[in-house]
Amino acid sequence: MANSTITAELVAEHGLDDKEAEHMIEVLGREPNITELGIFSVMWSEHCSYKSSKKWLRELPTQAPWVIHGPGENAGAIDIGDGQAIVFKIESHNHPSFIEPYQGAATGVGGILRDVFTMGARPIANLNALRFGNPENNKTRHLVSGVVSGIGGYGNCVGIPTVGGECGFHPCYDGNILVNAMSVGLVEHDRIHCARASGPGNLVIYLGAKTGRDGIHGATMASAGFDDAVDAKRPTVQVGDPFTEKLLLEACLELMATDAIVAIQDMGAAGLTSSSFEMASRGDLGIEIDLDQVPLREPGMSAYEIMLSESQERMLMVIRPDRVEDARKIFSKWELDFAVIGQVTNSGRMVIRHQNTIAADLPIKPLADSAPEYDRTWVRKETSLSTPKPATEPDIDTALNLLISCPDLSSKRWIWEQYDHTVMADTVQLPGGDAAVIRVHGTAKGIALTTDCTPRYCAANAVEGGRQAVAESWRNLTAVGAQPLAITNCLNFGNPERPETMGQFVGTIEGMTEACRILNMPVVSGNVSFYNETRGSPVHPTPTIGGVGLIESLNSMQRIAIDEAGLHLILIGSTYGHLGASLYLREIHGIEDGPPPPVNLNLEQKHGSLVRSLIHRGTVRACHDISDGGLLVAVAEMSLAGGTGVTLFLPETDIAPHAFWFGEDQGRYVLAVEDKNVEPILLTCCSENIPALQLGTSGGSHISVEESFQISLADLSYKHETWFPDFMKNTDNRSVED
Amino acid sequence: MKTAVIVFPGSNCDRDVQIALRNATDSEPLMIWHQETEMPSIDLIVIPGGFSYGDYLRSGAMAAHSPIMREVVSRAQSGTPTLGICNGFQILTETGLLPGALMRNTSLKFACCSVFLRVENSYSAFTHHYDDEEIISMPIAHLDGSFYTDDFTLTKLIDNSLVAFRYCDASGNTSKEANPNGSLHNIAGIFNSSRNVLGMMPHPERSTDPIMGRTDGARLFDALVASF
Repeated sequence: MANSTITAELVAEHGLDDKEAEHMIEVLGREPNITELGIFSVMWSEHCSYKSSKKWLRELPTQAPWVIHGPGENAGAIDIGDGQAIVFKIESHNHPSFIEPYQGAATGVGGILRDVFTMGARPIANLNALRFGNPENNKTRHLVSGVVSGIGGYGNCVGIPTVGGECGFHPCYDGNILVNAMSVGLVEHDRIHCARASGPGNLVIYLGAKTGRDGIHGATMASAGFDDAVDAKRPTVQVGDPFTEKLLLEACLELMATDAIVAIQDMGAAGLTSSSFEMASRGDLGIEIDLDQVPLREPGMSAYEIMLSESQERMLMVIRPDRVEDARKIFSKWELDFAVIGQVTNSGRMVIRHQNTIAADLPIKPLADSAPEYDRTWVRKETSLSTPKPATEPDIDTALNLLISCPDLSSKRWIWEQYDHTVMADTVQLPGGDAAVIRVHGTAKGIALTTDCTPRYCAANAVEGGRQAVAESWRNLTAVGAQPLAITNCLNFGNPERPETMGQFVGTIEGMTEACRILNMPVVSGNVSFYNETRGSPVHPTPTIGGVGLIESLNSMQRIAIDEAGLHLILIGSTYGHLGASLYLREIHGIEDGPPPPVNLNLEQKHGSLVRSLIHRGTVRACHDISDGGLLVAVAEMSLAGGTGVTLFLPETDIAPHAFWFGEDQGRYVLAVEDKNVEPILLTCCSENIPALQLGTSGGSHISVEESFQISLADLSYKHETWFPDFMKNTDNRSVED
Repeated sequence: MKTAVIVFPGSNCDRDVQIALRNATDSEPLMIWHQETEMPSIDLIVIPGGFSYGDYLRSGAMAAHSPIMREVVSRAQSGTPTLGICNGFQILTETGLLPGALMRNTSLKFACCSVFLRVENSYSAFTHHYDDEEIISMPIAHLDGSFYTDDFTLTKLIDNSLVAFRYCDASGNTSKEANPNGSLHNIAGIFNSSRNVLGMMPHPERSTDPIMGRTDGARLFDALVASF
């Protein structure tokens, strides 16, 4: 292969367009050989270079006094006091998971875990956000089954609790599911490790598993849409080994406890190529690598294959020569491959040797700096301004029954019981609430974690949808009593070369930027996944937001469960009965139309701050934010979580009952409080000019609205819990990973 | 009281057990790497949960042949209290210290949830802080937890009161619905014939802290300290 002639076809197969090919020759000053072409192709792929998104990503707020590392490192890092930091990131593994759901999802978890422990942090929690196609579509079940067991299979084995996430269904994901994995780690400030090479003469060390032929061109695959030949791409999916990952994690953290490491980076997308390139590029240095020293899984691999392999569980590290033996000792204890494969130079070039020849010789800075950056054409889609009004509406209790058991709102117990969510013994709030809460080990502090997005809002209006995704994350963190600190984002879109898709992307960033700024919750890490489309049909814009908040004392943590009688329910925030782009319209009437509910960020901030202070004062017994399905669904979820009924009354209002109960107006919370606290809370709200409304009281075993209807909690719970297991029944009796 | 936690490549509950033991005994447990061949005088050995050797070949099969296990078997046989939790239980059956085997859950799925257990025998160093037939609660998290053995051994286990815990519902019924993995006879944990070795699938170390909403596991560790 090394002697292949570089033809125009070959260049096109590598995903480079004519202009990029021309530019490549300019940077190099000559024709590339095949290995060099491969390197250019992955480094300039959308996946690695962010060439379509860079211009817009720069607009996102990334700074706050508590931000230690923003975007640009392996993961973001924020200060949580006492010399401790939280390191976190979310990443997509959409394309591989569609092709090979078990391994695709498993290696997604593996990759994000490495991003976190490469920074020196011990991972303490994983989350995920999953989007599947129509449940009626035969393939959906197979994908759900494979993805869930893949995520569990990997995370459970490494021993990191998977504590939260979300899972939704829509036909727009039929050809492109979304698998976004988030990992969160804990580290002392002075142990944070970076990926900036320094000190010419320092050695480049290869760690972890051996290199095989798997995953070659994974990054390029993730930079194109799918067509009918999608199954032929199976060999580009990597195979994960969580056992090796666990050893790698322990070995790296053991070595990181010393000060031997100068720089470290995991080999993720584009493997050895991007890890070596990025480390050298960040330090403005050169790097020399001898591929004959790289531990290989099979003989006869070419330089091209070694450089582009995406074999999992591998790391690249720069270390001072005098520390090599200490490091080798640790890695041999953990029975991992450890090889000195090169050194840092000040030549500014990447020189790759293989079998006594120079397989590649590339200028690092020019290649990195002159990576293409596009200002792609974009158009903004008109938002539908009017919400359709169906001729008849069902009874409120009928609608509640349908909503609570619809695919998106049904209990996801079937999923999270396959994830070990209690290992490490610090999971204080289990999956199922507004946000998961993990205790910071050995302290009274808690970290609140959530993943959120409402793709149907983004599809209706990208700016509003971007704003709402961040606001909902902020609200979820607030509802457990946490101070929201920062987010990571995973931006899943279709083909950016389409102006409509690019318009959605630009709009989403605009909305997110505004929300991050006003809610003071900067972006510290993230990932963009374009080309989530099949045969020209893209997914809904899905900017998944991974939010992190801090609870100073777990004594003031809040849950959603109403588990005692005699509590009073108070609604915080204004209700207008907004039904545009609502779940109610979609699930009850099959209508996906109308504008999404507007988010008023200043009010959001004001309402949330009040709720948080009420929680901290100890005057709240249960709290839930209102999102999908509106007020009645929120109350039902609180009631189901605690096994206690509620009696509600419909206040005097001009809003139609179904709009009042199921409208999705933003910036709202339901509080359950003791009798003695009702008056003071209403007074506080009044003096701060925040709308607050008494809704009813808790008790009994039914959800009822006075004189209108009564639903037994047991029946509702049965419906809520059975949709998912019933849906998955046909796959439950066979193992899917084999 | 001197305690030891055996650490294999792939153990992942070693740290959780270490903390539970530290809190119960007020002293630091010894963490013993699988490649060691001997250990000092020890009053309690714990084999923690996890995926030793990635569960390759068969859960617990490779760990049972680790160098340290020869020493563990010999100590257990001479009476040192030895506790195997989850993967530790699987390893104990693979060494032959306990009878039977832990097969794949009948659902074929990993199961992580909170379960009720009925204490079947409170007459042991591990269980004497519980009452007979008391209902306690602990989390489980495993893929291979379905206890199986031949009829003869099962009868022997039952007749000699060597069943420590059985899965049950909130009122103590050991029904099929309350069995999370298909274990024979709803068995969640068993003793060896001298009752100095206990293997159990549920995780007592994950239920030792009031903030987690459950503390039944702490009573097992406290019982061990009290009987020392």
